[in-house]
Amino acid sequence: MTNKAQPIKIAILAMGGEGGGVLADWIVDMGEANGYVAQTTSVPGVAQRTGATIYYVELYPIAQAEADGGRPVLALMPLPGDVDVVLASELMEAGRAVQRGLVTSDRTTLIASTHRVFSIAEKSALGDGRVDSAQLLAHTARAAKRFIRFDMAQAAEAAGSVISAVLFGALAGSGVLPFSRAQFEATIERGGVGVRPSLKAFGAAFARAQGGDDGEAPPEAAAAMPTPQPRHPAVRALVERVQREFPAAAHDLLLEGVRRLIDYQDTAYASLYLDRMAAVAALPGHGDHRLLRETARHLALWMSYEDTARVAALKTRATRFERVRGEARVQPGQVLAINEYMHPRLQEICETLPGGIGRWLMNSTLPKRIVERFTQHGRVIQTSSLHGYLMLRTVAAMKRWRRSTMRYAEENRRIEEWLQRIAATAQCNPELAVELAQCQRLVKGYSDTHERGIRNYDTVMRAVERAGAALAPATLRELRDAALADEHGHKLQAALAQHALA
Amino acid sequence: MAERSFVEEVKKLRLSGGDVFRGEGILAVTKALLESGVSYVAGYQGAPISHLMDVLADAQDILAEQGIRFENSASEATAAATLAASVNYPLRGAVTFKATVGTNVASDALANLASGGVTGGALIIVGEDYGEGSSIMQERSHAFAMKSQIWLLDPRPNLPSIVDAVKQGFDLSEASNTPVMLQLRIRACHVHGHFIAGDNKRAKFTLKDALENPQRDVGRIVLPPASFVHEQEKVKDRWPAAVRFIEERQLNEFFSEDADDIGIIVQGGSYNTLLRALERLGLADVYGNTQVPLYVMNVAYPVIESEVIRFCEGKRAVLIVEEGQPNFVEQNLATILRQAGSTTALHGKDMLPVAGEYTASELLKGARSFCERYERLAPLPVPPPVRKVIPLKEVAAIGVDAAPEPAQPSTSLAEVVHARPPGFCTGCPERPIFSAMKLVERELGPHHVSADIGCHLFSILPPFNIGNTTMGYGLGGAGASALNAPAGKRAISMMGDGGFWHNGLTSGVANAVFNKSDNLTIVVDNNYTSATGGQDILSSNAVNRTRSTGHEIERAVRGVGVEWVKTMRRTYDVAGMRDALKEALTTAKKGPKVLIAQSECMLNKQRREKPLVRKAIVDGKRMVREKFGVDSDTCTGDHSCIRLSGCPSLSIKPNPDPLRTDPVATVLDSCVGCGVCGEVSHAAVLCPSFYKAQIVSNPNRWDLLRERLRAAIIGWLQRGEARRRETYAF
Repeated sequence: MTNKAQPIKIAILAMGGEGGGVLADWIVDMGEANGYVAQTTSVPGVAQRTGATIYYVELYPIAQAEADGGRPVLALMPLPGDVDVVLASELMEAGRAVQRGLVTSDRTTLIASTHRVFSIAEKSALGDGRVDSAQLLAHTARAAKRFIRFDMAQAAEAAGSVISAVLFGALAGSGVLPFSRAQFEATIERGGVGVRPSLKAFGAAFARAQGGDDGEAPPEAAAAMPTPQPRHPAVRALVERVQREFPAAAHDLLLEGVRRLIDYQDTAYASLYLDRMAAVAALPGHGDHRLLRETARHLALWMSYEDTARVAALKTRATRFERVRGEARVQPGQVLAINEYMHPRLQEICETLPGGIGRWLMNSTLPKRIVERFTQHGRVIQTSSLHGYLMLRTVAAMKRWRRSTMRYAEENRRIEEWLQRIAATAQCNPELAVELAQCQRLVKGYSDTHERGIRNYDTVMRAVERAGAALAPATLRELRDAALADEHGHKLQAALAQHALA
Repeated sequence: MAERSFVEEVKKLRLSGGDVFRGEGILAVTKALLESGVSYVAGYQGAPISHLMDVLADAQDILAEQGIRFENSASEATAAATLAASVNYPLRGAVTFKATVGTNVASDALANLASGGVTGGALIIVGEDYGEGSSIMQERSHAFAMKSQIWLLDPRPNLPSIVDAVKQGFDLSEASNTPVMLQLRIRACHVHGHFIAGDNKRAKFTLKDALENPQRDVGRIVLPPASFVHEQEKVKDRWPAAVRFIEERQLNEFFSEDADDIGIIVQGGSYNTLLRALERLGLADVYGNTQVPLYVMNVAYPVIESEVIRFCEGKRAVLIVEEGQPNFVEQNLATILRQAGSTTALHGKDMLPVAGEYTASELLKGARSFCERYERLAPLPVPPPVRKVIPLKEVAAIGVDAAPEPAQPSTSLAEVVHARPPGFCTGCPERPIFSAMKLVERELGPHHVSADIGCHLFSILPPFNIGNTTMGYGLGGAGASALNAPAGKRAISMMGDGGFWHNGLTSGVANAVFNKSDNLTIVVDNNYTSATGGQDILSSNAVNRTRSTGHEIERAVRGVGVEWVKTMRRTYDVAGMRDALKEALTTAKKGPKVLIAQSECMLNKQRREKPLVRKAIVDGKRMVREKFGVDSDTCTGDHSCIRLSGCPSLSIKPNPDPLRTDPVATVLDSCVGCGVCGEVSHAAVLCPSFYKAQIVSNPNRWDLLRERLRAAIIGWLQRGEARRRETYAF
């Protein structure tokens, strides 16, 4: 065939409800208003309900068709390797476009937002299931001829608009389509819905794409830790102790730990933390201070275990009220009420009461039954009301006798055992000790979640005991990951069986 | 009221001769129906033909002007049976549904319709939901056309061809006294294009004429001996009449017929994709000028023998492009060529995939292998085998703190690109039903769950992973009927309100009563057939000008004899749902249990209420908006809440705590404040991190007074507390 003319081929990858359809319609409308035959199609189907979907657009100049005396036959689906522009509303969707072969380095301009909308697998992991954005970026950047990318969710947010308007602006700014900025903007105006914010988002994205913004702003250099300036003499003593007695490599985490534990209890408690850490610092290591750092992190977390008093303290702070105000986007003139969903059970109540009273209640019959009945259902407490606030402040004040509670005794016992085990292990295998320190990560959450965590932790510790010095650090890491793999502990059992530790 | 409003599209139905119609394929069909002088249209909604139904529902005044009756049929069987009006009277009628679920349900009526034959044109428009994004089993409508002898049109996927197929379809139906099926693939239904509109036409013979002058012809009724006669009529009269018509009107198309001694036979629906493949191979141009002769079958059934022989005459080989299996057309062509003594070689599924969607890349591969085989293309050079090289890992230079950016990705793309299955929308009232089922599962162990078609089927996917089988729309109850024996557990059946009225009331509920089942059926009543686009049904609450709504499911269920019926009026009450489920699964009472879980579809609710709320705020009315949030300092990053919900608004973000590494849960701004997060955290005794913010716009005097009082006292206390903490800060 002599005629080599080609339509312009554009694929849009989006998730249901993200406005991919609006974007496709804009491109079609722009084409039709400016002398092009435009065709678009998609398979919405069930993808409308939050699934991933592809919209496909082809444009062909009418003048060319008339000159050639033909009517273009346009395709209804993209052919891998034959796409001029790919627009992706999110980074993983850009990755999907590459995976499907729609992005090729000889011709495809990829315009994608770098923000992430996490997949259900990423969100529902027991620990951290996120994929590495750097990997996605590395793949997409290599695949495209040109890659225009920035955080378009943020850009849309800043303009009070939606991501489709930002993508449309970036498309205009990229200059890959034969339409002027005015033609793009006229399209948005013809649409007639949310025109002003859309144009604002469009303009900002246009400028970014035009400015050759082919990448992220360079990450700001990690802010150097400000020099601590304690005012209280007891705090000053603690800070100086960290600076004096511990290697500089662990200062950041140790100071954070001290800060956390003063806030959690008092300076004496932070002092206990440093006493414990001093023992760890004396253990043999490899000079990389990993053991010190990891233990500093996990000991601080364990010593600040979440109990009712702690939750109440955090919930009633002014800074927290402000944060909620921001998250809920409260405008001036609006009134905000904050309601907490709490479900303290008998156990949590007994754990918060002073040791003697708590133990008495736990072992009583009638009083216990009364409290149990009272705690059968969850409660909604309005922290922003006087009544709710004062109630939570009262609970927060119970931290005064925290050190006498049953829970404290229990947690302390576990902490001591854990530290001893770390110390003993470090003598022969510092790497294994690091893995052991990280096992604290298994214990988290509240009530059922916490119990499950403790159960997993105990299981793993029993395995550690059984294996003794023969345990390889990688095996322990594997066990820990397995414990975080599912709620029912199936993976952990399987891993234990595999290593003959069950 | 449907998910989308079609006020704009309805205007297009008024276009007249010479105007340019721009829009979706399925809307072009709607316009073509009006131009064809139909007297009645009926159908059952479902992708990809829902828009046809929705547009007509919004266009009742235009239909009234034209004297057209429009029915929202109870099922596809009802829709197909509606065409009975065209048996005795010269009335043109069209029905529509999605295929092949629809053709399956309708096949009883289709068989009887096709047997007696029609006087007025009868058109069955099926939206072929096949391939990527399809939600139903991969079968072909083609088989239904063949078995009942209904002519099957499969036009090229551009608007003029589609519109023409509608008009020709009516003529063909009348010329051959046979119903005609118009098959539109999903992408063709949703394709945006344009065509030159004609004038709308009003039928000369009306429904009123038919009602007032009933006609009867025993020869058209499906009962022996007439039905034996029909069998002969079909092949002796109607088939030849159809063939004549198709030949005369040239419904099938030949392109560059004599350009070469090889050729491709393609069904109309695959034409555009094939042409793109040929163009990429350098064998065609963008205008459809091709070096390879093409025979485009816009009529997929019957196959026109004379045209096939004409096309194959003098050709060494032909390739048939036929999507899906079995390869009915290929077999048919083989018979024709064999019986004609043709030496033309026939290729088809030997060069193209036996099953699955014929995507552009598959057709490119198939066309290439055909052209290589007959030396129209030089074979591609075989790429040298790629040796797998383990990349050297870049490491930081000594003294450099951070490793350099990875220039080379170190993991495969497949590992970092996750599947993104569809799920329940933000605020969906069906989510808490499954959250509650998850909680019951913790206490009573897993149960056999017979799932159904509808949004609730998303429960089979993560994070719920609930559901064992799905047998078809409304068949959730029926699917558990064998699992009815004395046992320690009961089977659970799911059913949507759409499926319930479609057939579930009889196939599931009444069947369970009659057979003394002991199982539990959960009917999800969200006021609409939500999965098909939010159309009204009998139990909808909406006031619908042209339909009768408000018929409660509970009354229907009791009416067929169920004694244990419970209606939960707020599915968001997770603890209540959990307790109701537990009771139904453990009660000593015998007989079927029906739990009706009611709450309005959030997609529809938001669409209706959002503009009203916005307006009320502008008008200065006091409005309360609710939004959930998570306190990141108390969230420990276990994500139990996400595993019990899967709400798109409930996501994760980096942990702001310098000591922790696991991401924390967060509620995105899209939260509609449905309350499930809070209810789940209560019912499952999760962490205390959830809060509900209530934001009052245009607060009244009492709100402001209370706010001032609270701010004064709480603020004073908070400042004192902050000062104390400040002392210890560093």
